[in-house]
This record gives sequence, C-alpha cells and structure tokens, in this order.
Amino acid sequence: MGTYKYHILVCGGTGCKSSQSAQIVQNLNEEIKANNLENFVKVVTTGCFGFCERGPIVKVLPDNSFYNYVKPEDAKEIINEHIIKGRRVERLLFRDPVTNKPVTDSKHINFYQKQLRIVLRNCGVIDPENIEEYIARDGYLALYKCLNELKPNEVIDIIKRSGLRGRGGAGFPTGVKWEIAAASPGPEKYVVCNADEGDPGAFMDRSVLEGDPHSVLEAMAICGYAIGAPHGLIYIRAEYPMAIKRLKIAIKQAEEYGLLGKNIFGSDFSFDIELRYGAGAFVCGEETALIHSMEGNRGEPTVKPPYPAVSGYKGKPTNVNNVETFANISPIILRGPEWFASIGTEKSKGTKVFALAGKINNVGLIEVPMGITLREIIYEIGGGIKNGKKFKAVQTGGPSGGCLTEKHLDTPIEYETLVAAGSMMGSGGMIVMDEDDCMVSVAKFYLDFTVEESCGKCAPCRIGNKRLSEILDKITKGNGTMEDIELLKNLCMVIKDTALCGLGQTSPNPVQSTLENFWDEYVEHIVDKKCRANKCKDLIHYYIDPENCTGCMACARKCPVNAIVGERKQVHVINQDLCTKCGTCLETCKFNAVYII
Amino acid sequence: MKTVNITINNIPLEVPKSTTILQAAKMINIEIPTLCHMKLEDFCIENKPAGCRICMVDVKGRRNLVPSCVTECTEGMVIETSNPRIINARRTVLELILSDHPFECLICPKNGKCDLQSLAQELGVREIRYTGEQSTYRMDTSQAIIRNPEKCIMCRRCELMCNTVQTCGVLSAVNRGFMSVVAPAFEQNLDHSPCTFCGQCVAVCPTAALTEVDQTGKLIQALADPDKVVVVQTAPAVRVTLGEEFGLKPGTIVTGKMVTALKRLGFNYVFDTDFAADLTIMEEGTELLNRLTKYLNGDKSVKLPILTSCCPAWVNFFEKNFPDLLDIPSSAKSPQQMFGAVAKNYFAKQLNIPREKLVVVSVMPCVAKKYEAQREEFRVNNDPDVNISITTRELATLIKQTVQDFNSLPESDFDRPLGESTGAAAIFGTTGGVIEAAVRTAYELYTKKPLPKIEFEELRGMEWIRKATVDFDGLKLNIGIAHGLGNARKLLEEIQAGKSEFHAIEIMACPGGCIGGGGQPQHHGKSEIIKARQKAIYEEDRRLPLRKSHENPYIIKLYEEYLGHPMSELSHELLHTKYFQKQPEIIIEND
Repeated sequence: MGTYKYHILVCGGTGCKSSQSAQIVQNLNEEIKANNLENFVKVVTTGCFGFCERGPIVKVLPDNSFYNYVKPEDAKEIINEHIIKGRRVERLLFRDPVTNKPVTDSKHINFYQKQLRIVLRNCGVIDPENIEEYIARDGYLALYKCLNELKPNEVIDIIKRSGLRGRGGAGFPTGVKWEIAAASPGPEKYVVCNADEGDPGAFMDRSVLEGDPHSVLEAMAICGYAIGAPHGLIYIRAEYPMAIKRLKIAIKQAEEYGLLGKNIFGSDFSFDIELRYGAGAFVCGEETALIHSMEGNRGEPTVKPPYPAVSGYKGKPTNVNNVETFANISPIILRGPEWFASIGTEKSKGTKVFALAGKINNVGLIEVPMGITLREIIYEIGGGIKNGKKFKAVQTGGPSGGCLTEKHLDTPIEYETLVAAGSMMGSGGMIVMDEDDCMVSVAKFYLDFTVEESCGKCAPCRIGNKRLSEILDKITKGNGTMEDIELLKNLCMVIKDTALCGLGQTSPNPVQSTLENFWDEYVEHIVDKKCRANKCKDLIHYYIDPENCTGCMACARKCPVNAIVGERKQVHVINQDLCTKCGTCLETCKFNAVYII
Repeated sequence: MKTVNITINNIPLEVPKSTTILQAAKMINIEIPTLCHMKLEDFCIENKPAGCRICMVDVKGRRNLVPSCVTECTEGMVIETSNPRIINARRTVLELILSDHPFECLICPKNGKCDLQSLAQELGVREIRYTGEQSTYRMDTSQAIIRNPEKCIMCRRCELMCNTVQTCGVLSAVNRGFMSVVAPAFEQNLDHSPCTFCGQCVAVCPTAALTEVDQTGKLIQALADPDKVVVVQTAPAVRVTLGEEFGLKPGTIVTGKMVTALKRLGFNYVFDTDFAADLTIMEEGTELLNRLTKYLNGDKSVKLPILTSCCPAWVNFFEKNFPDLLDIPSSAKSPQQMFGAVAKNYFAKQLNIPREKLVVVSVMPCVAKKYEAQREEFRVNNDPDVNISITTRELATLIKQTVQDFNSLPESDFDRPLGESTGAAAIFGTTGGVIEAAVRTAYELYTKKPLPKIEFEELRGMEWIRKATVDFDGLKLNIGIAHGLGNARKLLEEIQAGKSEFHAIEIMACPGGCIGGGGQPQHHGKSEIIKARQKAIYEEDRRLPLRKSHENPYIIKLYEEYLGHPMSELSHELLHTKYFQKQPEIIIEND
C-alpha cells in the first residue's frame, strides 16, 4: 500500500455513489491538499463494502475505522480529527444495533464476523478502475499459472475437484459444464458471462462487477483456455451503467497489459471479451434465452437439449456461467481445489453471496460459507429482526424461491436442503419477514413479478401464473373460497410440471411454500375474512376507540379523504364508506385511539 | 443408421436416432394430441416451439413432463403418453389457453374448423375452472388479411411461415408475459408493414387470429342487385381444392359441379380465369421471346432473366424488397387482372352496358388477390377491373348456403366467350405450371415447329428451387423455378449479384404454388394434401382437348376482333402494368 500512512477507502458502489460518495472523495482530497497531506494519506474509491444500508461508507486503514452514514461535509472532520489528530470521529462510527455502542474496528462488526469473503475478496478493498491494484492482490496470477503450468484438461479437473457449482441458481457442477463444452468439436466456441441479474433486490453480481471486474475477466480467460474458446461475451443489463463502465475500463486495461487479446503471456492462447447489453428482462437470465437475446432475437428460452455447451451462441459450443461462479475461479486455481472443497458441506462447496434484506437490522450483501444456518445469517450477521418484532419467514432464491419458517432456521444452507424445504438457492436473494407481513400477499407479490417477467412463450407460464395471481388477489380481497385453494394447488403442480423453462417451473414456489407453511393464514383470509398482519386492505377496518379519543382533530385534519368526522373535544368517528385504509390516522394519533379490526 | 431402443406405453420399439417421441408414437399408431406443432413433411417445414405444452408426455426419470414434439428418443427411454398426471396437465393447460380466448365460437369464422375447438372437444373440456382477465388487443383489418390478436394462442406457426419460409419478417412475438402476442413490429397495422399478403399465415393459423377479409356479404348484395350484371371468374387452383370443403378427398376435380353451383348462386355469367391465363401466356410468352431475341442480337439494354408476374404476393414482395429490380419482371398483368380488363372493356361492350354496371368477381386460392384487385392502377374512374375477390373457402361458405348437396350436383360448362381455356392454363395452379405453359407456346412461336412432347417433366416437382434447360431447337433456354418467397429471395439476390444463369424464372409465393395458397381449404399441416392437388392439376391438363394457349380459339378470336396481336398498343394499355417501389411506413401511435 505504498508509503502512505493512511488509506481512506470510500465506497464507490452504486448505492453509496447515489448518496454522494463521489463528493465525499472530492472533499477528502481537497482537505488533504489544504493540509499538505498528499504524501501521507491516499483516498481510494473502492467497490461495495456490502453494508449498503449504512452507506456511504468510509473506512480508514490501517486502523479499520468503519464510518457509516457519512456526508460530504464530514470530510473535514475526518481529516482534521482522525488523520491529523489521530482521534476517531466517534459520531460516525458504526454502532452495534443491539448494544448501541460504537465499534472501533470493523473486524468486530457482527455483520462481517461470520462472513468468508472469496468472491468479494477485493470488493471494498481495491480500486476497481486500477488494474495494478488487482494485480497486487495476485490478479492474473491464476491465468498465468494455467497458461504456463496446466493443460486445459488439468484446469477442468481442478474445477471439477473443487466441487464448485453454478451460482446462477440451479447449481450445475461448473467443471462438468466446462468439460462438456471442451468436448464439443470446433475452433469457434464462446465463453459467456451471465450478468443479467434480475431478481428484485439482488445485487450480488453488480457488486462484483463494480468492485472487482478483473476477477471475472481473468476467470473467463481461464475458462476460454480450458474449453478452447477464443471469444468471451459478457451479457449485462443496460441498467448497470457503473458496472458497464468499470468493465470497459478493465477490458481496456487488461488488453493494454497483454492479459487479454492475442498471445496472452506470450502463449499460443488468445482471448478477447466483448460486452452485450440486455434490456432488463428477467427471463434472459435463463441461458438459452440469454443466447437468443445476444443473437438479436427475442429473449425466449428454447427446450434443452441441445445444451449451449453443444449448440449455443450462433449455433457454436458455448459455456455460460454466472458472474459469481467466475469470481470463484482464480482463488481455486491459486489455492487448490482441496482448499475450496474444504469450505462448505459435502454437496455444496465454497461460499455463497446473499443479498440480505427485509425486516432485519443489518441489510446488505454478505458472503458466507455453505452450510451456515439461516439462524446464523439472520440473528448474527443480520443482527436480528428490526424493532424487536417476531421473525415470521425468510424468502430465499429470488421471486421463484419459497418462504421458509422458524422450523427451517437451523437447516444448513445448501442447494439440496433448500429445495427439500420448498425453496431454492437461486441467485441469492434473501428477504426476511416479520409478523407484520401477510404471507398471502407476499405470495401474490412474487407471482405478480413472474407474471410481468414471463416471456409468454409457453401457455402454463403465460396464462397459468396470471391465473394464480388472480386467485391470490381474490383471496386477499376476502372473496376466496376453499375451492380456490384446491385450484391453486392443482395449478401450481401443473405449471411446475409443464412450463418450458426454469422461470415457469419454479414460479409457483412462493405459493406452494406459503400454502404449506402458512395454511392457517390462507384459511383465515377465506373463512374468517381476516388478515392477521393487517395488510389486506379489504379485510381490515380502522376504528377510533371512544375511550382514548381526546377529540384533538389531528387525525381528521390528516385524513386525505375526509373520512373522519367529529367536533373538537368530541369523540371522532371514521366513516367506513369513505375510508381508504391508508393508515394515516393510526400514524397520526398520539393517544392510541385508532385501532384495526 | 443408428437406432435407439425405447418403450412407449409398455410397447418396445426401435427407432432411428433423433426421432422425436411424437414421431415414434405415430409409428405405432399412438396419437398424442398437439396444438402448436405443425409439420409440412414434403416442404421440410416444421413448427415446434414447444410452447402450447399440450403434447406433454411422461418420461421415466425426468422430474417434469416433457414436450413430445421436440424431445428426441434416447436409448432406454421409457415413455408413457397418457396417465392421470398427463391427462390432468393437458386439460389444465388447455383450460388456461381457453380462459384467455374469446368465447364466441358460434359467430367465429373458424367455427367448425378451429384446431383449438377440436382439441377442447377431443380432451373433453366441459368447464373452464380457471377464469380471469382476458388479454385485449386492437383488431387490424388490412386490405386482404384480418388480424384478431385476441384469438392468438401463440402457436407461432404464422411466425415460422412469415420469417423462415417467406422471409418477410412481418409477424413476430411482441410484449411480455400475459400480454405477449404475435404482431407486426410496434403492433403496426399490416397495411403499413412489409406484408405481401401471401396469406401463408392465414393458411396455418389454428384459430381465427388470422383470417381473410370476408367479402361474401358484399358479393351477395351485388348478386341481389337487379341493376348489376355479375360475372365470375374462377382460378385454376380452385377446382382441384373446393371439393375438400365438402368432404371429398384431396385432389378431386370438381370443375363441372363448381360451375353449376356458381350458376345457382345467381351469377349471370360463369367464366374462367383460365381463359385469362391463356391470354397471359400470349403476352408474357411474346414478351419473353422479344426480350430474348433482342438480347441474343446483342442489345445490352434488355434485361434477363424475365420473371413471371402472375402472383400478386410475389409482386408485392419485389416491390417492397427489391426496388432496384422493378424492370425485370414481365409487365404482363396477372390472369385475374387481365380477365378484369377484358371483361370490363371487351365483354361489357359486347353486352352493350357501361363498365360500372358489370360486377367482376373472382374466386381465388389466394388472399393477396384481394389486395391486387384494389390496386390504384387497376381502376378506371375509380371503378376497379375486378370488383370482388373471394377465396376458395369463402366460395364454399356461399355454396353451403345455397346448394343442398354439392357432391350430387350435375356438371355444367363455363359460359362463352371468356370460359374457354386450354391445359396450359390449367397448370397455372401449381409451381412450375406457368413457365411450362409459357414454354409450350414460346417454343412453337419461336421454332415454328410443333412440340415433340407437350409435357415438360423437368419443370415439375416440389423442390423449392428447380433448374432446367429447355432446348428450343438449338437454343438452350435456362429456366429457374422457385416457390416460397424465401427461395425467390435467393434467386433475386443472385440476379442482384450478377450471378444468375437463367433466361426466365417462374416464382410463386406460396409453397406448392396456388394449390398451397393462403385462400385454400386449410391443409392442417398435411403436405400430402398439397401433393394430391398438384396431381389433380396435371390430370386436368391431360383431360383437356387443347393444351397450348395459342390454340385457344377464343383467344385467337379476341386478338382478331379486338386486341390485334400480342404486345399491341391496346394489349399494352389493357394487359400490361408497371411496378412501384413500396416502402413500409412506420406509424407510431401513442396509446
């Protein structure tokens, strides 16, 4: 890290950038200049630290001070206090959500303690726009090793022995995939990186691409060498401008350094990488749809076989891997398959990145070893449920995952166990729900997403998901019947059994898992016309308790539809015909007079 | 050939590698219901997007059901084609499709001929448990084809015909999810698209999402009008297919019964487009010989090959796609329009009535003819030469309303003078027919010798692109034939590249020619039907006493009495046309 005494790392991920982190960097640099500290302190814009909820994040090395919610105007204080006087700015330090005490060293932050960062090894550490920082962290050493010391089949063997499985969701063994592509004849082959991350709330791939783009480029080149492909393509959503910008810089720098292009490291191996942009269709994450989209056709899946490894992009053998899968490759080559295989469980090796969100104290991006339990993630890394509420469910696997409950909290996280529990690994979305969440509404929310994102090619997904959503809507409005549940069950089963691609084959998961785990809630909606979470507007009514109402008129003034009547110092009443159930009165009342039935 | 051993419904079976489960089941007479799948065996056209999910079967060891239309048999595969799980899945999926389909079977143009309706009957669907919102789209009524996207079931057959076979690229899936539907780009109207109105989309549509513009109502009104004289012309390919609509086997020739039925419908004169086909040969054949002679004499201003111009979809195709080649096709009008011009000028004069009083109706195997009849250049004082053009299917509908039993009708002859024709005109209905008819006449006009053999086997067949050399007494004439616009495109691109070896090329837009036209009774994916029709066309040729256009006595008379000679000034005025560059216009409407 040069001769600087201090390094100030400022997060330059999309989240922190939108909270003015670039301005923080500028202000820090101005303060450094004003104090003539240019040779003493260096400010580095890094990739994502993962703790996005607390952004913008500024970390000072070597003492690991972890400042959160930093504002541009805090720059002066950080320089004056921390750098010049050596005193931490306590008010900016991360505070433990349970003890509310500031944590001085980021190593002691519970959010990071249980994490194991392989994929995210460089995120929040290096400047992603500077290839030398990547190289300084053993970047491109794995590629060098492959080209100089290993035969292609040996590379494949290492990946196979590592036990690495596809991180895009389905968990197909990566080494086997490479092996099939390598066995396909022909000189024209393609390595495709699937960066079409589309799960709502998920940003694992984006963080890797923004924080450590070279790790993906290097791995793609290794894959190209292993399977005999001279071309690489990254299919990335056009909505990821920063990732695109950093990838472009990274590709250019790698080409200038001779790490991409013709005769890499003086070998016979040549490899180039181009970007292809997606228009934000969730289904294009499915590899055949992705390939059709890259070819300029409608992004629709086709039946497999033929698998892309045999006939993919332009009909040529194509190996498609997800960003996170690629980010694992170089460490496996450098540290050996045995090291990687020692992490995780028998069938699921290594780590997994999750986007932890929902009703949880620590929201952000985490990387944990496979086999960790949901309890550890939610209560230790996540710091427990927000506002001391009761845990109800956790939804894993993105929109086609399932909702797991209390009884699954101690299940180790693996591809197989999640499927057995009625959910899936997916690409790593993890949304925590508490007692205020209505599970029928949650199922409907996810269904509505798949209804929007279905490509429309096959009838069960195009129409079936729409009908599922309509039945759920009927139930949340209090018009459902017990027969509807039978219809739901049958439709879920048939859609899974007949849909063309992974999207349709998994889209009923949220319905099936909530039917299984929250049967009572469905029955309550249908029979009792009640929503225990008070989320379904058609099933709840706001009332004013005459005992508590002081007639202060606050609620009546705030009511947007003038549904509350009552004179000053008189008990107020809500006109149920006018009430839109917006909840403003409940929020406004200071005397706990408003209640829901 | 490599084979694999499989078991279907406990029956062991050995099938060639890469056989699909659907094909394998068919080999042992096990029927698997299908909906989106369509295979035209003889044309190597197969639609199998595996989108409808009706043909699902159960393969042992697979987690989910698999679509039999695309899943290839592998060694040791154990397949069940029906069990409760499959039947429940098929019915549920069909209910879903029906739940997003308008419930108006009774007044639907495809009532009784709809694949979706038949399937619902076959699978015994009596209630639709899954109901909800239906997708709604705007109807698109063009000059020839009506799109009713609400009836689209996303089988994608039209897309295959439009893109892969015809290379027109008009129809493709648009939108996402529940709102996905097949439509032109930006959901434009067909009129503003590069559509040629070939009607192949209509020919394969399983429902009424794509139908022809129905003109039977307008026709009945004209027939009922006492002030009008209504004449009808029937195209060569109609007489060999009309019987199918009345349960007769494909390839049955019903010329005489059709004439009787048309007379009973109330037409004042029943004429024959074949007459105009003979006339087309006189003009086009002469044009060919003129161009050829000039070319051989070293006139560099003459362009070869000459391309036939009878097919209106083909004319639309080159006007929209090859504006640089507009001077290559023959300037001869199509038989429909030649007939119209002769009827409105020559015949109206004979009847001593103004042309506006004469209503010319055509019965065509084609939907593009509806568009052709409306073209500006085929009108005089806004009175079109052909007033109404109906398809074979529309004629059948009309006959069913008028005639008790079509199959037992007596036979009648066409009326004179515009009803006489030769075998050369009869073969216009199949691919290769127009050029064979032209060669029969051109040979005799050029060599001044009688043909040694009247049938040119080398020009016949069903291959997409055919080449033959015809010997004109020492002059070797290279003939090219293409059907299907995608194949036409290949020959046109050769011409553009200066690599064409042909003197003359016949092009028909539809697979098989007019016998496979967009206005014909639906073949439902059975290409053997189209082959049977072709056989009937050649049979009709052999049946006729005269088989060369220039021997048609009424054609000879027409030239003597009226036109003078082929390519005369009056011929030019009445029987020839010009072509125009046509660019599709993009109109973006704001919703």
